[in-house]
Amino acid sequence: MSILVKENTRVLVQGITGDFGARHARLSIEYGSQIVAGVTPGKGGQVFEHNGVKVPIFNTVAEAAKQTGATVSAIFVPPPFAADAILECVDADLDLAIAITEGIPVRDMVRAKRAMQGRRTRLIGPNCPGIVTPGRGEKSHGGCRIGIAPGYIHKRGKVGVVSRSGTLTYEAVWQLTCKGHGQSTCVGIGGDPVNGTSHLDVIKLFNEDPETEAIIMIGEIGGNAEVEAARWIKEHCKKPVAGFIAGATAPAGRRMGHAGAVIGGAEDTAAAKIKIFKECGISVAATPSDMADALLRIWKG
Amino acid sequence: MNIHEYQAKELFEKYGVATPKGVAVKASAEYSTALGQINTANGIMVKSQIHAGGRGKGTFTNGFKGGVKFSPNKEKAIENATAMLGNTLVTAQTGPEGRKVQTIYFTEAANLGKRPDGRDDEYYLAILLDRATSRPVIVASTEGGVEIEQVAHSTPEKIFKVQVDPAVGLQPFQARQIAFALGLSGDLFKQCVTLVTRLYQLYWDKDCAMVEVNPLLVTKEGQLLALDAKVSFDDNALFRHPDIVALRDLNEEDAKEIEASKYGLSYIALDGNIACLVNGAGLAMSTMDIIQHFGGSPANFLDVGGGATKDQVSAAFKIILGDKNVKGILVNIFGGIMDCNVIATGIVEAVKETGLKLPLVVRLEGNNVQAGKATLAASGLTIVSGDTMADAAQKIVKLVNQK
Repeated sequence: MSILVKENTRVLVQGITGDFGARHARLSIEYGSQIVAGVTPGKGGQVFEHNGVKVPIFNTVAEAAKQTGATVSAIFVPPPFAADAILECVDADLDLAIAITEGIPVRDMVRAKRAMQGRRTRLIGPNCPGIVTPGRGEKSHGGCRIGIAPGYIHKRGKVGVVSRSGTLTYEAVWQLTCKGHGQSTCVGIGGDPVNGTSHLDVIKLFNEDPETEAIIMIGEIGGNAEVEAARWIKEHCKKPVAGFIAGATAPAGRRMGHAGAVIGGAEDTAAAKIKIFKECGISVAATPSDMADALLRIWKG
Repeated sequence: MNIHEYQAKELFEKYGVATPKGVAVKASAEYSTALGQINTANGIMVKSQIHAGGRGKGTFTNGFKGGVKFSPNKEKAIENATAMLGNTLVTAQTGPEGRKVQTIYFTEAANLGKRPDGRDDEYYLAILLDRATSRPVIVASTEGGVEIEQVAHSTPEKIFKVQVDPAVGLQPFQARQIAFALGLSGDLFKQCVTLVTRLYQLYWDKDCAMVEVNPLLVTKEGQLLALDAKVSFDDNALFRHPDIVALRDLNEEDAKEIEASKYGLSYIALDGNIACLVNGAGLAMSTMDIIQHFGGSPANFLDVGGGATKDQVSAAFKIILGDKNVKGILVNIFGGIMDCNVIATGIVEAVKETGLKLPLVVRLEGNNVQAGKATLAASGLTIVSGDTMADAAQKIVKLVNQK
């Protein structure tokens, strides 16, 4: 198994005709993912073609899902229209909306998140690298890659990875792969203050997933999501967890690239989070180079 | 994005929130006219306008104490304004370099009401995002005029919070809850309900990151007045608020950070001596951390973004080298999708173009990394290669400390 998406998950791409969306739709097709539909309002009926794969384009998400059986959407639409794109997935009752878009206004996300309450669709992101469930082919080919992560750094295996940051996730994944340890699923939950799925949500899914045997949780300064997850892990998690927190040197009150990475109060600091991680039995990586090793100190693979 | 107090109060006035009458001036020639436009009978507050808190307790580099001064008459107000305008104010929030005061705000001094125990009748009110619930939260306290973090720490029971459901917005009963929590009655109760409702409207309409009033004051005459006003905005929403963008004061921002934003780079200056250039915010933050872990001190945060181009790398080098404290550079790129060789070519060009003499350690990983490393090696430049982040960080720290 894996979490959230499997090798055969059928994916539609909102914004497939834009540069960003098109580029990553092509990379996903090359990785062997099932990109089955595109959605661009007004371009319904056109076809997106790459490597001999023909992807039909629809005007609406509902139509795309109905015609192709897509259950997950990758959202690449520009920030002013992204919340609308998310809510269109909710309306179409998709399983999962993965919002890659960076720079969505907080107010839009506050409203969208409220409107998603009680609905079927789960949101990952926004401002996230997406999800990869590695495949079993060469360089993990044949997996489900949704978003912007490089596919080839992965390897199918037993470690679940959850992180807010893209490149820091790749760093952890690459360390694991180089040491011969594969991943069940890698989830980038995004760097915004309002996001759809938290560290804790993903940890719970990994905890229940039979294929996942160990977990790496990567966090950063700002907010209390990592702390909430750590406390839950201490009480409930059956699997070894390693962690890393970025931002030990970040000054208070400055936004470190991610809109969510701002030290507001005393508990938002890296030092406070690391302390709580340790108290909760999480093996903490001293540096980002140490993430895979921190896990391997408590889990033999 | 932040704005000045006087701009925030102009917004308050537009939303019908009472503030002491005031006039902002940018030149000493305007003092007299400005003071003629307000009622100076109760005295005048002279307030330095900078984007940093702690102004009242700040000190100017010329020795003058206090960035906010009560002045009993016009003559004294002009004297105080003269000591402030054009001079540099250092507060707890500005850092040692301080900020140059380019605007003075004259306001009518209010008649502070007193509580039965003799204290000033001051309250605290703020509206911001509660990250834990992803909803707006209104924070109110009877303890105004002091640092709210202090109140939250020592007397948390004096902090009152109301979560707003974004589906329906602030409800009248919630505004009443706040007015009751502040212990107000009669006409002041009504004023408070109106004020909270209007401030929430401002917060929501203008995509504010935060609206803060500290203190919110009751005057001797029985009026609820926003004595100070701090408003900041969600940068991601500025595209739909040209009126707010017009309030931006570039003098209050770091020139290098502005330059960086033109190239889509996210740059924040710090006070160390090892500059770093990284792709991705999380990796950039942790590159700063690993420099410190191995005994160095990071000079900046710099995220060139997920898909950095040659031009961005070149611009990033120039920005980094604009910081005279920099004694060495660490480049850390995890080229997942982008081609490491393109980045390597960009680095080589930037080094040649800027005539870089400082130690440079480059750690490249990912797509086409071998070609990238070959490009660096063949350049004839002294570029040290790092294999892992730890290796690269140790190398740059050693090189900088040797000098």
